[in-house]
Amino acid sequence: MTTTRPDAAAGPGALDRLPSWGPWRTGLAILRRDLFVTLREFPIFLAQVTLQPLFLLFVFGKVLTELGYARPDYQLVLFPGLVALAAVLTGLQSTALPLVIEFSYSNEIEDRLLAPLPIGAVAVEKVVFAAMRAFVAAAVMFPLGVWILGSIPWQASTFPAVLAMTVLGCLLGAAMGLILGTYVPPNRINVTFALVLTPLIFTGSSQYPWPSLSHLRWFQVVSACNPMTYVSEGLRGLMSPSIPHIQTWVCFVVAILALVVLMVIGMIGFIRRALG
Amino acid sequence: MSGRSHDGMTDDVLEPRPTAGDTPAVEVAELAKRYPKAPVESLAGVSFQVRDGEVFGFLGPNGAGKSTTIGILTTRIRPTRGRALVAGVDVVADPVGARRVLGVVPQQNNLDRSLSVRQNLLFHASYHGVPADARQRRADALLEQFGLADRPDGRPDDFSGGQIQRMMIARALMHAPSVLFLDEPSTGLDPAARLFLWEKVAELKASGTTVVITTHDMDEAATLSDRVAIIDHGTLLALDTPSALVRGMAGERTLDCTVEPGGDAGDGAGSLLADIGGLTGVRETEQLEDPTVNGWRVRIHVEGEPAPFVAPVAQAVSAAGARLTDVRLGEPNLEDVFIHLTGRALR
Repeated sequence: MTTTRPDAAAGPGALDRLPSWGPWRTGLAILRRDLFVTLREFPIFLAQVTLQPLFLLFVFGKVLTELGYARPDYQLVLFPGLVALAAVLTGLQSTALPLVIEFSYSNEIEDRLLAPLPIGAVAVEKVVFAAMRAFVAAAVMFPLGVWILGSIPWQASTFPAVLAMTVLGCLLGAAMGLILGTYVPPNRINVTFALVLTPLIFTGSSQYPWPSLSHLRWFQVVSACNPMTYVSEGLRGLMSPSIPHIQTWVCFVVAILALVVLMVIGMIGFIRRALG
Repeated sequence: MSGRSHDGMTDDVLEPRPTAGDTPAVEVAELAKRYPKAPVESLAGVSFQVRDGEVFGFLGPNGAGKSTTIGILTTRIRPTRGRALVAGVDVVADPVGARRVLGVVPQQNNLDRSLSVRQNLLFHASYHGVPADARQRRADALLEQFGLADRPDGRPDDFSGGQIQRMMIARALMHAPSVLFLDEPSTGLDPAARLFLWEKVAELKASGTTVVITTHDMDEAATLSDRVAIIDHGTLLALDTPSALVRGMAGERTLDCTVEPGGDAGDGAGSLLADIGGLTGVRETEQLEDPTVNGWRVRIHVEGEPAPFVAPVAQAVSAAGARLTDVRLGEPNLEDVFIHLTGRALR
């Protein structure tokens, strides 16, 4: 033996672990890693999450109304819907895609699954981080809306509720992504994305008010099954109360219930995927 | 162990967390795993102990149950039954606690591709609660020790397989685990990288880290391990030091022949084996499965020195219309032990 074994707690370089270190701090360290990587490429991230809503805002909110194909008050319908869309969709993509890659091709997630915290907490971290990304995407819609549309529907009194509903939308999307990312086999992810994303985008009451679908009953039923509808409708009720909308409390209750159910399903999928 | 400083810092890098008293580094009792829909158990009730500070080799062919065992010990696979402790921590009851005291170097590259080499080490340590200043010191020392100090800011994708592996070992050591698990570490490495790896494992052992290593390479198992467990079909067949395992085969002198069958050898090696078996002094003959050999690989167990048997065996072979293409006089080695236990060659 050529090395001496100093007392582990002695020498200046000895590894003196923090005794108070708990799983939640490991979770925060993992979150810090995700934030570090995202912030390093913040402009790319911002372009990634704003381009689609930007064009939707511009074409539907500006071009169509200026050309007279849409009524000027369509902006009242569209803007809250697009905030919901940005929140849910960015949340979904921020969990689903990385999970598929990390579980199959890069195996990167292993280092986190081997960190000292419960496996389920790794899934929660993924959802929290994805929701943070989604929140940035949703928040960016406000200055974009002012810039492109000239003004946005806005009431100071409902701001806390708008904030809460937006966060709920971000978490909902991230939970949906958790399910997609853990249940869908990697070779099917392309097909699944095409089959899931498009219906999700267009049945989430983002571009139309749900109550006015009463003449198109089947589509109203389909839309009612999409959790995003309650985020769109909730935000619409809070930001553009003059537009017909589902009652706000109903939106909150359904969205929270949907979040719980989706999280449970997603966590089961994640743990099944992570443990043999 | 050249190039290592003795300023206390480098020593610290290799300093594992001490296990309490005489606790074995790994303790496994009646461990079994049956995967859903699998007809048989992949691991069929295995029991063994790894002593604190030893290098423990797990030898077996692909699908023998090595990776399942390592998977259970590293909390990634849940056992169907049995008990498994790492550094005294029950991996089933307290997986979080177990992850604190173990380090894993997997077969496949699982480095964080979004981070540089150094950042991979630093973030790993942060997940394990290593304080920031200690993190920096350890990362620098480990990068130096594993020959990665010249490109600490490179991305993992830009490195060779051998370097990737060194990064993964350095990363696993960042939280000073009591037990380090190396899963098939030399698969796909060139000879130089393999030697470097062996050297590092020897250094780890010298510093007191327990190393559990899986391999299907006889040389690796024999060179590195203090003790070797031979595993096949989910069952532990033998467990001892390499030399004791080989000693158990004492008196087993062999003649290994490769035979190219003649044109009319439709009945296989059977009659040839019978002919050779009839020679005086031959104890036993067997045909070995070895896909790397064209023709038959025949092992002849003899009494006394094997050399005098070469001529009569060659005669028997040509009498059978076949051709002798290779003869080896065998002192038994770990491979023979394996063949003796399982009835087939490992590679």
